Amino acid sequence: MRRRVDSLTLVAATALLAAGCATSTSTSTGTGTGTGSVSDGARDGAVAGVTGPLTVLAAASLTDAFTRIGADFEAANPGVSVTFSFAGSSQLAQQITAGAPADVFAAASPATMATVVSAGEAAGEPAVFARNQLVIAVPDGNPAGVTGLADLTRSGVKVALCAEQVPCGAAARTALDAAGSDLVPVTFERDVRAALSKVRLGEVDAAVVYRTDAAVAADEVDAVEFAESAQAINDYPIVTLAAAANPPAGEAFVGYVRSAAGQAVLTAAGFQSP
Amino acid sequence: MTVTAPPAVSRRRRRTDRRPPVFLALPALAGLAFLTLPLAGLLLRTPWGQLPARLTAPGVLDALRLSLLTATAATVLCLLLGVPLAWLLARTRFPGRSLIRALVTVPLVLPPVVGGVALLLVYGRRGLVGGWLDSAFGVTLPFTTTAVVLAEAFVAMPFLIIAVEGALRGADPRYEEAAATLGASRWTTFRRVTLPMVGPGIAAGSVLCWARALGEFGATITFAGNFPGRTQTMPLAVYLALEQDLDAAIVLSLLLLTVSVVILAGLRDRWVGGLR
Amino acid sequence: MTIRRRADPDPVPDPGPAAALDAYLVVRRAGFTLDLRLTVAAGEVVALLGPNGAGKTTALRALAGLQPLHAGHLRLGDRTLDQPEAGVLVAPEHRPIGVVFQDYLLFPHLTALDNVAFGPRSHGVPRRVAREAAAGWLDRVGLTGHARRRPRELSGGQAQRVALARALAVRPQLLLLDEPLAALDARTRAETRAHLRQHLAAHTGVAVLVSHDPLDAMMLADRLVIVEDGRLVQSGDAATVTARPRSDYVARLVGLNLYRGSGDGVTVTLPGGFRLVAAEPQRGDVFVAFPPSAVALYRQRPDGSPRNSWPATVSSVARNGDRLRVELAGPLPVGADVTAAAAAHLDLRRGERVWATLKATEVAGYPADPDRTILGGSQASDGNSSPGGNPGEHRGRDA
Repeated sequence: MRRRVDSLTLVAATALLAAGCATSTSTSTGTGTGTGSVSDGARDGAVAGVTGPLTVLAAASLTDAFTRIGADFEAANPGVSVTFSFAGSSQLAQQITAGAPADVFAAASPATMATVVSAGEAAGEPAVFARNQLVIAVPDGNPAGVTGLADLTRSGVKVALCAEQVPCGAAARTALDAAGSDLVPVTFERDVRAALSKVRLGEVDAAVVYRTDAAVAADEVDAVEFAESAQAINDYPIVTLAAAANPPAGEAFVGYVRSAAGQAVLTAAGFQSP
Repeated sequence: MTVTAPPAVSRRRRRTDRRPPVFLALPALAGLAFLTLPLAGLLLRTPWGQLPARLTAPGVLDALRLSLLTATAATVLCLLLGVPLAWLLARTRFPGRSLIRALVTVPLVLPPVVGGVALLLVYGRRGLVGGWLDSAFGVTLPFTTTAVVLAEAFVAMPFLIIAVEGALRGADPRYEEAAATLGASRWTTFRRVTLPMVGPGIAAGSVLCWARALGEFGATITFAGNFPGRTQTMPLAVYLALEQDLDAAIVLSLLLLTVSVVILAGLRDRWVGGLR
Repeated sequence: MTIRRRADPDPVPDPGPAAALDAYLVVRRAGFTLDLRLTVAAGEVVALLGPNGAGKTTALRALAGLQPLHAGHLRLGDRTLDQPEAGVLVAPEHRPIGVVFQDYLLFPHLTALDNVAFGPRSHGVPRRVAREAAAGWLDRVGLTGHARRRPRELSGGQAQRVALARALAVRPQLLLLDEPLAALDARTRAETRAHLRQHLAAHTGVAVLVSHDPLDAMMLADRLVIVEDGRLVQSGDAATVTARPRSDYVARLVGLNLYRGSGDGVTVTLPGGFRLVAAEPQRGDVFVAFPPSAVALYRQRPDGSPRNSWPATVSSVARNGDRLRVELAGPLPVGADVTAAAAAHLDLRRGERVWATLKATEVAGYPADPDRTILGGSQASDGNSSPGGNPGEHRGRDA
């Protein structure tokens, strides 16, 4: 993850810090440390003065975890209504740079976040809130008997990968290169959920997806770990956006995601801590 | 003797041709602008300098070739199946005909991705028909070029059927009676009288069908997947290019547009002659 | 016979000895039933004549196989083409027929040559041979040089000839023509009629044509069959039919006043009670007819010999050539022809009361017995002179 510290970020960070101080001093439980760090004081996630609609754009692989987190956040902060838009990170990044209205962006790779930051759409420094590791997802019962990357290149085995233009695909490419594999899939799916659905439907014998996605479909899909996945773990950054309509709520949400409560949900879903 | 010049004639000429009325011309121009301004947007944004390099990038011509091939094959499939179906709907009476006609238009309203999922459920490895094909013949359809053709045909066939049915309804069935009295069998009559007479309608329907097939994305990527050279048609290539590189996407779109417009414009005048 | 202008291979097989038509056509529709017996000898031309809606076209379509029979039979020679009771129905493409349609129905996407060649080709003749034969037929109908034209480039008369050539090219045993001259203007019509007459004469099979124009029918056909309301009303050659009309339609066609009544000596009593005195004694169910010119009109009741006279009211006055046709209402509704001068003298206007007289010698009567008429030709015992001289005078002016 690239860190770009320039004057703009500094100014933004200062402003946010000041805002954070302002909000946190008015809360009964807040410790006033701002949004740059995990605020363990806001244990139930309640942040005073946070209301209104909140729009979060998040990577497809965060669908289930973030939906849960969103519900928890709304419960802790009545008056806030969270709307999610889940899609491939690159697609979301495109939308943000084209001016789509949103408050928070959570990407599945630092590269996609970088496009948003370099376009000046980020209000502050992105923070990594989770990491995701790849697994091989196979249909229930593992009909092709896949035990590792090597099995994927067996003749007759049909494999789905994410397209390399999306984070999941880029990570898979890194892992495959690290393993020296010459795997040729039958399809490069447009996002990780599409690849997963091919496994669920039984159209392919295996797909390289995130551990979290395999966990989501645990009843229809088994996950096979492979060693080379450690070479290509994806960092998931999150940031509030410069054009946010509801910056306080955005900040609070980011804070919640990074808090113990949020992290618990993410870990349960299969993500690793940052 | 001087010749006097004729008196200056008033400049005003009689308007002998009728101009389109304003209440039609204005909305028409607005419609034209609505349709063509996005094209203008694309053209303005095109990185003209990079064009040669991008056009010769690997995969670009493959995708174009695949698109043209599959769209044409899909159109042929639609003709083989759709013309008889249109004939049945136009010329025969059977119970449930209006229901059948409604069902035939379902692909029009079905979101293409849903159509792709439906195709998977039927022709996929574990599908109703696909499962049997796999176990009996070892044939699987998803992730093949055939699957692309099937997906495109699925979404495009209603266009052909509607156009041909309309043409058949407009054709006078008495010519077919005349052919019968001259000794022509039903097949001969269909081949030598009915088809030629609805030719323009079939051609117009085929053009629509081909254009729709060429632009199909959702059903293709869901049912056939995405693999360069085998199932990655131009719309898929554009979509994926868009993930990373807007310029690449624009160039690909422009290429597809140019090829289609040239073909469609060339066809309409010679073979189709308008939707008569 | 026609002159063959070029080597004519005659590719469509000769249908064999000429076949006669024996038909009893029963077709049931909502509100209308066709019930028509029709027998036509080979080489004969029969015209179905009748008002619109009489069922003529239905009969023709049944003969062509485009309308299945509901009862009855249809035999051509020794071949049964349609017999509902026996479950036999031969489709049009398997019948030895040729049809000339009212709108010709020339295939618009084919040239005249290919239109004419269509029949033979459908019978399996190779294209080149069929086209040669088609060229021969086009010569015969006088359209050499028009072979490459499309139907839309042909005039009405030319299109009609192509349609005829197309029907004849398959050497039909049964030639059917549906109002063949209806779509033509007057001048082309006369020309084409003569031309058609030649070809019909040369045709060795059965020919049935449908017409609403009596002149066409009389000129082209050997025999007229009058159809009204789906039933045969009268059949016979032109002269007989017009001399002894058996229906209002024919009477109007030939311009006669026609009534049916009961004869007792020279007096014929019409329904409603009116008594007409005829020229000859009559017995039983009879028709009486007289031309409009036999009716004389007066301002008051005249003296003198007319045995028929009655008061009438003028209901309409209309031009009829150089005379005026006066429709009269009263105890006997009649049409009367008067000269313009007489009309002016009488000051004939709608609603005027006049006296009509009719000489008994001008009133012709003949039996209404239908059996007598189907035998055609001879009306054995009438022996009545045709009313007012040459039937030609009374040809339909208001067809």
